[in-house]
Amino acid sequence: MRHLLDIADLSPADLAGLLDDADGFVEVLARPIPKVPALRGKTVTTAFFEASTRTRLSFERAAKTLSADTMTFAPGTSSLSKGESLKDTVLTLQAMGSDLLVMRHQAVGAAERAAEWLSIPVVNGGDGAHQHPTQALLDALAIRRRFGTLEGLQIAIVGDIRHSRVARSDLLAFSKLGATVTLVAPRTLLPVTFADWPVRVSSSLDEVLPELDVVYLLRVQTERGGASVFPSLAEYTTRFGMTRERRSRLKRDAVVMHPGPMNRGVEIADEVADDPDALVLEQVSLGVAVRMAVLFRLLGGESDA
Amino acid sequence: MPDIVLAGGLVATAAGMVPADVRVSGTGVAAVGPDIDRERAEVVDCSGCWVGPGLVDPHVHLREPGQEWKEDIESGSRAAAAGGFTAVVAMPNTDPAIDAGHLARFVAERGRQVGLVEVVPAGCVTAGRSGQRLAHLDDLWAAGVRVFSDDGDGVADAGLLRRAMEYLGDLGGVVAQHAEDRGLAGGGQMHEGEISALLGLAGIPTAAEEVVVARDLAIARLTGGRYHVQHVSTAGTVALIRAAKAEGLAVTAEAAPHHLAFDHTAVRRTDPAFKMYPPLRAPEDVEAVRAALADGTIEMVGTDHAPHAAHEKDVPFEDAPRGVIGLETAVAAVLAAVDLGPHALFDRMAVAPARLAGLADHGRWVANGGPATLTVVDPAAEWTAERFHSRSANSPWRGQRLRGRARHVVLRGRFTLRDGVLQW
Repeated sequence: MRHLLDIADLSPADLAGLLDDADGFVEVLARPIPKVPALRGKTVTTAFFEASTRTRLSFERAAKTLSADTMTFAPGTSSLSKGESLKDTVLTLQAMGSDLLVMRHQAVGAAERAAEWLSIPVVNGGDGAHQHPTQALLDALAIRRRFGTLEGLQIAIVGDIRHSRVARSDLLAFSKLGATVTLVAPRTLLPVTFADWPVRVSSSLDEVLPELDVVYLLRVQTERGGASVFPSLAEYTTRFGMTRERRSRLKRDAVVMHPGPMNRGVEIADEVADDPDALVLEQVSLGVAVRMAVLFRLLGGESDA
Repeated sequence: MPDIVLAGGLVATAAGMVPADVRVSGTGVAAVGPDIDRERAEVVDCSGCWVGPGLVDPHVHLREPGQEWKEDIESGSRAAAAGGFTAVVAMPNTDPAIDAGHLARFVAERGRQVGLVEVVPAGCVTAGRSGQRLAHLDDLWAAGVRVFSDDGDGVADAGLLRRAMEYLGDLGGVVAQHAEDRGLAGGGQMHEGEISALLGLAGIPTAAEEVVVARDLAIARLTGGRYHVQHVSTAGTVALIRAAKAEGLAVTAEAAPHHLAFDHTAVRRTDPAFKMYPPLRAPEDVEAVRAALADGTIEMVGTDHAPHAAHEKDVPFEDAPRGVIGLETAVAAVLAAVDLGPHALFDRMAVAPARLAGLADHGRWVANGGPATLTVVDPAAEWTAERFHSRSANSPWRGQRLRGRARHVVLRGRFTLRDGVLQW
């Protein structure tokens, strides 16, 4: 593994191996002094061209726990505003001594292009509506730790599939690990075709609800101007919101997940979000362990540390 | 200058391909036949090659005036001659747009100064390609413009298109339409299908092209005007054109080599060298367009040669400008995609486009007394598309091994390309 760009590039064994490593790092993070010297002397650079806090912080925490140094590229105050191209920007970050670049960009394929331009490993921290592979890894880890395996689980991903890199990453990871994935959304929020996707599709959450082990709620992207793809937020909540009432119709050991940030009262009710059984906060904390596993896999192979 | 004898090739005559020598004297063909006089002539070996009318591209972007960092008339002419062309129709979406006679004269004159191909200016349908009011159509016509297009955009306003077709009908001009409905194409980046779904890229449905062609054919029926569909990309468009021709409408169509060669799976790795509008379509669309070119429903090839500088394309797919170059790879791409045979190849790449553009001295089957504007194609030549005469290198064939290319090109009796080397 040279880069982490797309879940499609990983075999089921690759995925399982990364999750095994992440399990080990969960244990490291629980220590009184959560720090290991694995990547001492390495420099991990984060370049988030699209606004994000949690993913960037999670990568930086992961790097620091592995004793790597971190550099943060902040596009708002940088040479980008002077018209520097993306290519020149990432080449500059490499020339400054980065050993690995974590990159988020609003354009599909941006991380893949960066991987062509650079000689250091690139981790895709999100490219447009395409991929967000570490999110899929942490989601898979959260499910595996709760259920022991993804094999045979019924998982629904609910909401704006069409514009969601989380959905595109998760559905590949979950199905590679043996789960059955159902996409639940109004037609306007679904991709136009599913020809090669290992998924089932439903436009009724209520129909699939009783059989589910995991309900994965996507954030309603209100900033996209929901009006053009569904009539109103209230109508969305009525059809697809995880209300307390819907929660009560789930199997007893089923779990609710959400990648955050949540729109409480829209796709998820307060009572569901705050339910101690919900995995939402656990997802966040496992994110650090998963990113440690990825950084370690991409940088730890060279034993000059 | 001594006469030239193009010797030992298979020659494209009105009656078909015949083994013959072709003697060029002055600007004309002086003899065609098996045993013609070779006295006092320079004999040029054409064995294994096809000798036919000089190729004509009905659809190129030479970027001059205004975007000379991508291409100019000189570099574009070099690319055209190297690709086997003797005439190219230059689309008017330059800066300024070619919407008046003096601008069209500038483009044609620059082409004459370079002297490698005849650069035939197309004119805008609407002033400044604004889509708001008609361009100076009479003035353009007087400057020699015969093809009118707002290419890059379509003429969206049906009423305006009707008036343009009525007005041009009086003159005999043709409207060449870039058929793309803005509302359906939206912010689309590629063909709407399973690859766009997988990549999370906004898709352009085939209907974005088909609704415009269907509407325009109704306007062609209403006005009796000549209508040309640029870069046909979908099976649905092919069906519409086939029906319109059966009905007797004055409709013609072109296919681009990239739409014959690649389908949307080429975009899977988001390489901007595969980004163009209309986008690469589904395999069934590619098959339909190939079949239509083979049976003549689509009667010509237009490369839609669209240069963009390296720094403009070396960006993420979504940020890249649309368009690919195609002049230098067209012959190889068409030969590989469609089993046309030599006679139909010259028909689709010379005779039909010359007729569209009203070029009397191009696209004529080789004959005694005809113009000595000829292209010699070596169908077996193997080469790698690495270095381009075009100022830009945004080619989806870059780095690929290709088969077939122009060996010699003669424009009005003079070599512009000889043994693959530009003559200028």
